Amino acid sequence: MLLRHTKKASESIERKGLTINPAKTCQPVGAMYAALGVHGCLPHSHGSQGCCSYHRTALTRHYKEPVMAATSSFTEGSSVFGGQANLLQGLSNIYSIYEPDIVAIHSTCLSETIGDDLGQIVGKARVEGQIPEGKHAVYAATPSYVGSHVTGFSNMVKGIIDYFAYKTEEVKKQLNILPGWVEPSDMREIKRMLKMMKVKYVMLPDTSDVLDEPMTGKFKMFPEGGTTIPQMASMGDSIKTIALGEWCSKDSAIHLENKCKVPFHIADMPIGIKATDRFVQVVAKAFRISVPDSLTKERGRLVDAIVDMQQYLFGKRVALFGDPDQCISLTEFLVDMGMKPVYIVSGTPGKAFEKRMASILDKKVPEAKYMNGERADLFLLHQWIKDEGVDLIIGNTYGKYIARDENIPFLRFGFPILDRIGHSYFPTVGYMGGLRLLEKMLSLIMDHEDATVAEEKFELVM
Amino acid sequence: MISKNKNKKHVPNPEEFKEELLKKYPLKVAKKRAKGILVNDPKDTGMEIQANVRTIPGIITQRGCTYAGCKGVILGPTRDVVNIVHGPIGCSFYAWLTRRNQTKPPTAQDPNYIPYSFSTDMQDSNIVFGGEKKLKDAIQDAWDLFKPRSIAVFSTCPIGLIGDDIHAVCREKKAELGINIFGFSCEGYKGVSQSAGHHIANNKIFSDVIGIDLTLPRAGKFVINMMGEYNIGGDSFALESYFEEMGVTLKATFSGNSTIESYESAHDVDLNIVMCHRSINYIAEMMEKKYGIPWFKVNFIGAQATAKSLRRIAEYFGDEEVMAKTEALIARELESVKAVANKVKPLVQGKTAMMFVGGSRAHHYQELFRELGIETIAAGYEFAHRDDYEGRRVIPDIKIDADSRNIEELKVVKDKVSFKDSLVEKKKALKDKNFEFENYEGMMPEMSKNSLVIDDISHWESELLIEKYKPDIFCAGIKEKYVVQKNGIPLKQLHSYDYGGPYAGFVGAINFYNEMERMLCTDIWKMIDAPWKNEPVCVGSVVEE
Ligand code: SF4
Ligand code: SF4
Repeated sequence: MLLRHTKKASESIERKGLTINPAKTCQPVGAMYAALGVHGCLPHSHGSQGCCSYHRTALTRHYKEPVMAATSSFTEGSSVFGGQANLLQGLSNIYSIYEPDIVAIHSTCLSETIGDDLGQIVGKARVEGQIPEGKHAVYAATPSYVGSHVTGFSNMVKGIIDYFAYKTEEVKKQLNILPGWVEPSDMREIKRMLKMMKVKYVMLPDTSDVLDEPMTGKFKMFPEGGTTIPQMASMGDSIKTIALGEWCSKDSAIHLENKCKVPFHIADMPIGIKATDRFVQVVAKAFRISVPDSLTKERGRLVDAIVDMQQYLFGKRVALFGDPDQCISLTEFLVDMGMKPVYIVSGTPGKAFEKRMASILDKKVPEAKYMNGERADLFLLHQWIKDEGVDLIIGNTYGKYIARDENIPFLRFGFPILDRIGHSYFPTVGYMGGLRLLEKMLSLIMDHEDATVAEEKFELVM
Repeated sequence: MISKNKNKKHVPNPEEFKEELLKKYPLKVAKKRAKGILVNDPKDTGMEIQANVRTIPGIITQRGCTYAGCKGVILGPTRDVVNIVHGPIGCSFYAWLTRRNQTKPPTAQDPNYIPYSFSTDMQDSNIVFGGEKKLKDAIQDAWDLFKPRSIAVFSTCPIGLIGDDIHAVCREKKAELGINIFGFSCEGYKGVSQSAGHHIANNKIFSDVIGIDLTLPRAGKFVINMMGEYNIGGDSFALESYFEEMGVTLKATFSGNSTIESYESAHDVDLNIVMCHRSINYIAEMMEKKYGIPWFKVNFIGAQATAKSLRRIAEYFGDEEVMAKTEALIARELESVKAVANKVKPLVQGKTAMMFVGGSRAHHYQELFRELGIETIAAGYEFAHRDDYEGRRVIPDIKIDADSRNIEELKVVKDKVSFKDSLVEKKKALKDKNFEFENYEGMMPEMSKNSLVIDDISHWESELLIEKYKPDIFCAGIKEKYVVQKNGIPLKQLHSYDYGGPYAGFVGAINFYNEMERMLCTDIWKMIDAPWKNEPVCVGSVVEE
């Protein structure tokens, strides 16, 4: 057994201080991901170089793509006297050596604990010329002892909006789309749906054409994709902001409303039928259009496929772990397909999680257990599974250890996925994404059945 | 792109190249970086490279932090200890299973905590009011859940600043629970790279673990520890089988496929062999002072290097039977190695390689490439010191700066009970016969004239290297991998081996040769350009919709 020390929850103690096998990681990696979705932008980690190295590594492994970022390279001295000198020097070096248009600075636990004030240091750099004329530096405080990687993503998007978006006299007939922390493929898919609806939009961030770059024989430090400066500036004039995911996008939407009076709507991440329906309706309403047939047909194909295959899904018990915005929509999707998401954990804190889960699950899956925040980790999830098994596990790559020990089909979904490809190319949002999730789940469940069922029960046609 | 031309390519003038490299930098940066970039002359023993100094802020570096070196590298591969990372969640998360240290507990009942990540997951209030209480709770939780043999605690950056005394907590819980509990003050900013973390780990394992168990009988007739071998991709497994065949007992490996239990009596051996000099030489030296155990450097990367290293171990013991078994093993294994080399070498020889990685591999792997007729035209370490470049003879001349002073030098004295005078005599006798101990010549003497040696290479420097030198293969880590490959040049990861391996020993050489055939001869690189790339662009268009 790989996780040989994990025992049933019913026979375990209640932990007071120890997190084991976390279902979250720290803020800066989210901030780095968000910044990569801005065109011409180099993320910068203000702290010791280990954090930056880890975050780049995690993102690189997940995407199998270059992930560039710089660091303030703190040493003991900076930890005692503060990191201002390091950041000033760092900025001046970055602009002359790597020539980005924008540097997106996030803090780390170290610089936060020291009390470095990024706003003040960036202000100083502007006055003293470490940030050259015509270049930009945005920043976000991302202490990892608050929230999770999702919080860091949200904070950086907010920081970018704070810097770039501004209101002019003109109103632009376009929507701001804050997609939340989804994959490049998902961003591409959301854009495709918007184009089908003939809706004009600005999406921030947008990592498509950044973290799914083609092989050309020439490395580009700043790839073609990413939201551009004029696009970001224009966000202050848009008619509405549609913020996907409360954890990922709510703060930014509120901030944009405060700053530029752009009204907003918080929608769930469009994963599954209903959440996608709501997204499509919100967009259609905001832009005063009717939903095109082509999109309705995609929806119909997804519903049709579920109808055809529901017997393999109905009543199947699922354990799910990941980020709250994804978990909420996915749980709803699973329930809609007649499946039973019985165990759900997310390391990311936030009270809304329990409320949302309760509203989705209380009637349909009253036996479900769910928890988020501190010690809502994979160890707990596994202990629950030991108490009573499941038919499918959904979560990031770390779930494979549980899946192998317990011989349970395992769907990779979330961050990080370190051992398979596909997430950067094939979406899980929208109706087409729903179809992909459905197909993956079915294949896993049915392959498992094919591999384990008694010979006399082995089926040709399924 | 890979050239099919086996003739030597045009090689830039290295001094001019260096000049162009530095031109891009602001003056102050250029001045500092200039000292870390050398045009090699293997005969010139006066060449001095700047190493183990701070990375300049804003420079995109390969380096990680002290914590990564301590928890990730040294303690990570040991399976019977609960490693609690005291800090916010990220540091523990990123070091969770990501270094591929394989391990094989002898039975299904033996402990193995490697697949677990343990953290105190410090929150806002813990940072404000201190985290000692939470750490105590976490240790108690670990005890209540697992009853482990030992628990280790690792401080990450914020911990040093808020002033948690992890060592006091460890002492208190150790007394209370009656198991070994020890802490590492390995906050990320403690040093200029992972290297500081190696040293901190070495110190604590030496002071709190090695030699605390005096009850066990000797493990065998000829007993060794292997140091600085981390079982990435199963390297240690390969080597373990050789020792067994030779009749040499491997007491403990620091730290591939290892247990804390084996460290506790690791003082009772005849010899320490050192593979990665950078990460572990401290323990080897301290064990010699305290217990009289001699050490020498080995290298198991490359078939010839492996044969040489195994022979030296056999010669050290000087036992006829061991030597005969060793020779038989070498003869047999070299036979299989030769068969694969004969197949691969004609396909790849004359190609060029570059490697920038770690603290020993950028040197060791040159050996493997040489066996295939591939020359290493540029190399450097990520976190090594001058001695790893220039050889141990320069150690007395290395300047101690503020960053290295940070790390405690333990005062080591002879152990009254366990010191072995017989080993001191054995060493002396062998030395008289020109057998070398405490030896490491470093990377530079083995590299050719005019090759480039670059310490702590930056992103910009590797980009220009690739552009100007167009190597056929580049070796580095995951952060560099896709950057280089996007340029149409294959990159071999020498930290994680690209999830392959083992590459140590004879079986490792065979694996590596085959891997080079795959990487250097695959057709996919020839398909980067679409067949219509050079076709004239059509004027006119098909109307959409
Ligand atoms: S110190 Fe903080 S920011 Fe850095 S890796 Fe650890 S948790 Fe993340
Ligand atoms: S916080 Fe410090 S210890 Fe943790 S990863 Fe960052 S540099 Fe390393």
